[in-house]
Amino acid sequence: MKLIYYPGCTLKNQARNFDVSTVSSMGKLDVEVEELDRWNCCGTVHALDSDNVMNRVAPVTNLIRVKEAQAKTEGMASEFMTSCAMCYNTLKRANIDVRQRSDALETINNFLSLEKTKYEGDVEVLHLLEYLRDRVGFDKLAEKVTKPLKGLRVACYYGCLLVRPKEVAFDDVENPMIMENLITALGATPVPFSQKTECCGAYHTVGKPEIIAERTDKIMGSAYEEQADLVVVSCPLCAFNLDFRQDDAKRLNPDFNNLPVLYFTQLMAIAFGCDDSALRLDLHHVDPLPVLAAHGLV
Amino acid sequence: MIPTLRITTARAERDFVAKVEKISGQKLLACYQCGKCSAGCPMASHMDVLPNQIIRLAQLGMKEQLLAARSIWMCVSCMTCNSRCPKGIRIAEVIESLRMTALRDGERNDYLKIMELSPEARSELPPIATISAMRKLTS
Repeated sequence: MKLIYYPGCTLKNQARNFDVSTVSSMGKLDVEVEELDRWNCCGTVHALDSDNVMNRVAPVTNLIRVKEAQAKTEGMASEFMTSCAMCYNTLKRANIDVRQRSDALETINNFLSLEKTKYEGDVEVLHLLEYLRDRVGFDKLAEKVTKPLKGLRVACYYGCLLVRPKEVAFDDVENPMIMENLITALGATPVPFSQKTECCGAYHTVGKPEIIAERTDKIMGSAYEEQADLVVVSCPLCAFNLDFRQDDAKRLNPDFNNLPVLYFTQLMAIAFGCDDSALRLDLHHVDPLPVLAAHGLV
Repeated sequence: MIPTLRITTARAERDFVAKVEKISGQKLLACYQCGKCSAGCPMASHMDVLPNQIIRLAQLGMKEQLLAARSIWMCVSCMTCNSRCPKGIRIAEVIESLRMTALRDGERNDYLKIMELSPEARSELPPIATISAMRKLTS
């Protein structure tokens, strides 16, 4: 199986661990991941002003690149996958928006008049979790596990972007379980987690890190109370806030306990027996090695 | 002499209300003030005007109070309010329309001054954080 893969900017920078673990674990599932040729920024946040056309240009350009890649490869579906929750959200919403607003799409196509391909709303945006559940299947995925994550207690954090707004959600808006089901297939134990869809504070990390400290204290504290060994995420911004802002959370609340934050793809890579180079555990702020070593996983 | 009270259908700041409704694509009068948006808002504790109050002020066209509120910059569009509103109002879109009204006025009164951050703070931030902050908080 071949699949077009859109990494996004942060997966090529601070979140290289997310990128390499995505590609390696997909290889173990016999899915040949092909990075999208000439991809550009997804747009990062979906502009909510209804008269906005300009901010749809970046995502639509990517959708054109997917069409071009698909045309070049025989048997390639008109869809692509991204593992970054924010890229998924922005690309998916832009796609829904231009499908509903033909005048906006026409404006964008006219603006992109140097492109040989026109966008006609004919590409599907998939998140990796969705792909794994619907195209691979968690039962098939479980068969590839060579190192079950036995005894590892995992809190699955969804944040905002995977389940809101409801037109982009691929699971229940209030109580999604897709990551828990994946983690279970890998042999780990998901813990109940009341804060799993609470916002991490997102981009306030730039100008108001004190807000992130408060959010991180609340979210990670809840995972700690459930005796989680670690928290898994699908968004590099959540990962940065919940991991790198733990020192701030500790300053805010002296009783705060550090907990490692991993991408769900890193747990897949461990369970599938990928090389250590596919994990890049050196890129974390709170070191996940002790807890993984305690479970005999590294 | 007894003062007279004049009742009129003309509303102050009618243009502002129309603009907010146009940019947000929402019907402000649909709101019946149940307060569910504010109850679930993760940023409520950092806001001076709560999300349900924002809708009320917007219905009344209270432009100055709204554009001066810290709240319109605190909302991070997490969409919790939108997904829970029993009237289907997209509150986050209304707040975005207020941010846009402030950012589109040509004054370049950006809420975030990224160059005021230290070079160390800037370099540790992932691009996903910097770009999204600038998209939301600068003109």
